[in-house]
Amino acid sequence: MTVIQATRPLDVEAIRSDFPILHRKVHGKPLVYLDNAASTQMPQSVINRLVRYQSEEHANIHRGVHALSELATREYEGVRTKVQHFINAPSEREIVFVRGATEGINLVMHGYGRKFLQAGDEIVISALEHHANIVPWQLLCEEKGTVLKVVPMNDAGELLQDEYERLLTDRTKFVALTHVSNALGTINPVKEMIAKAHERGIPVLIDGAQAAPHMPVDVQDLDADFYVFSGHKMCGPTGIGVLFGKAQYLEKMQPYQGGGDMILSVTFEKTTYNVIPHKFEAGTPAIAATIALGAAIDYLVDHGLDRIAAYEHTLLEQATAALGAMPGVRILGTAKEKAAVLSFEVEGVHPHDVGTVLDQEGIAIRAGHHCAQPVMQRLGVPATARASFAFYNMPSEVDALVAGIRKVQELFG
Amino acid sequence: MTTSNQLYQEVILEHNKKPRNYGPLPEANRKAEGHNPLCGDHISLTLDVEGDRIEKIGFEGHSCAICKASASMMTTTVKGKTVAEAENLIQEFRELATGKLDPTAPHHLGRLTVFSGIAGLPSRVKCAVLPWHTLHAAFHNEASVSTETEA
Repeated sequence: MTVIQATRPLDVEAIRSDFPILHRKVHGKPLVYLDNAASTQMPQSVINRLVRYQSEEHANIHRGVHALSELATREYEGVRTKVQHFINAPSEREIVFVRGATEGINLVMHGYGRKFLQAGDEIVISALEHHANIVPWQLLCEEKGTVLKVVPMNDAGELLQDEYERLLTDRTKFVALTHVSNALGTINPVKEMIAKAHERGIPVLIDGAQAAPHMPVDVQDLDADFYVFSGHKMCGPTGIGVLFGKAQYLEKMQPYQGGGDMILSVTFEKTTYNVIPHKFEAGTPAIAATIALGAAIDYLVDHGLDRIAAYEHTLLEQATAALGAMPGVRILGTAKEKAAVLSFEVEGVHPHDVGTVLDQEGIAIRAGHHCAQPVMQRLGVPATARASFAFYNMPSEVDALVAGIRKVQELFG
Repeated sequence: MTTSNQLYQEVILEHNKKPRNYGPLPEANRKAEGHNPLCGDHISLTLDVEGDRIEKIGFEGHSCAICKASASMMTTTVKGKTVAEAENLIQEFRELATGKLDPTAPHHLGRLTVFSGIAGLPSRVKCAVLPWHTLHAAFHNEASVSTETEA
């Protein structure tokens, strides 16, 4: 990946002291948490924000004339502005709160796809997609007769750009791509890929679930039409995520769900929808989770996404070198541009056995298909073991992983 | 001693490395496929059942050590037994793997009790039980069984 010159290295010891869970033991061993691509842990400041909101500030938003409702509304809407700045969106009107990246994609499928795509239209996705960026489009294809086209990848886990360009035709009406592969760590050249689609006027959705917590994201620089990510993968709570959408698209999309808050007026004859982004936020939202997401963004921004990316890259390099030097260990996903995700196989040992033995050592990794079964099929494996790093991981935890894998090999040797 | 040593006991590791009755039976009159879509475990069972007795049984597939050892030990256990006896073992093994087997009640599992540790690892229970589900399916002429359609 691009080497980012960090002006000041992260103080990882200090960061770790902010995360209470990192100090617990699992099976009597210190926790080594290397499952950050699945979900990250939460610093005390975010936990405190949840507690303070529930203890002192909770009321329903956008409806009360009383003090607490106004306070909760102000805090909730303040996070919208925070998210806008976090991804450099032009306007807070373009920030829609959703449950997570999955719901964000489903919202776009429903609001844009079902309204504007027709039988025979083609949707281009990639071989690296998470199920969340495959299945919604398959649902649309079943319903509307649209056709799914898949950008293939090479053995390293890099998308074939010439194939991508070949797939973009007059029939292509939508492109949906992952920014970073959750299974292999590949960072896709989404800026260039968006530009290619835009040459043909095709809107592009980027699944940023694995990117937003690990690198600076600028939706204007990327020129993404839609960008989705999840709070719980960036030190925030579960149940909250973000859909960025350009106003020009959000304005003309149909609502996703109907209910309170997404309307301006309702009669039995006619309902007028609320303005964006509220048109897409029916019902009482996850207020506490949203406000805590704001605290998580503060935490990440305070430490600097460029510094976080640079530090995590050193962990990736260390782990890649260490596992790469182990006989009987094969790394899957060797793209030139990678985030700190390391999928691997231990020869002769099923990934679930690897995962269980490591778990007994206190090391949490993911074993399985990572909700990316087509990636597994492409690589010819049923599953992989995956270690994924965050900025609170330490070099000594890479060593622990290596020792754990040795233990697996001894046990099954 | 760690739980992984308790779970991956020598007998399980040994059956994983040298599975018994591995390979398909050409003369099979019963067969079934077992699949765990969540982890990709896949086994196929072939049986030669004469009257109500399991004369021969073979299995093959791709799976984790727990699943493979469970399949291997299952085949050595049910070979020569009647279908009714095997059905009873299936029930007892399911109870063992889910921690529901009454330890004070008599059972017929013998060495299969090495799998008792699996009950503490809910994510791995399906691996151990898959061969037994598949055996049940073979008896009932179900071509395939998936862990994800079990109640």
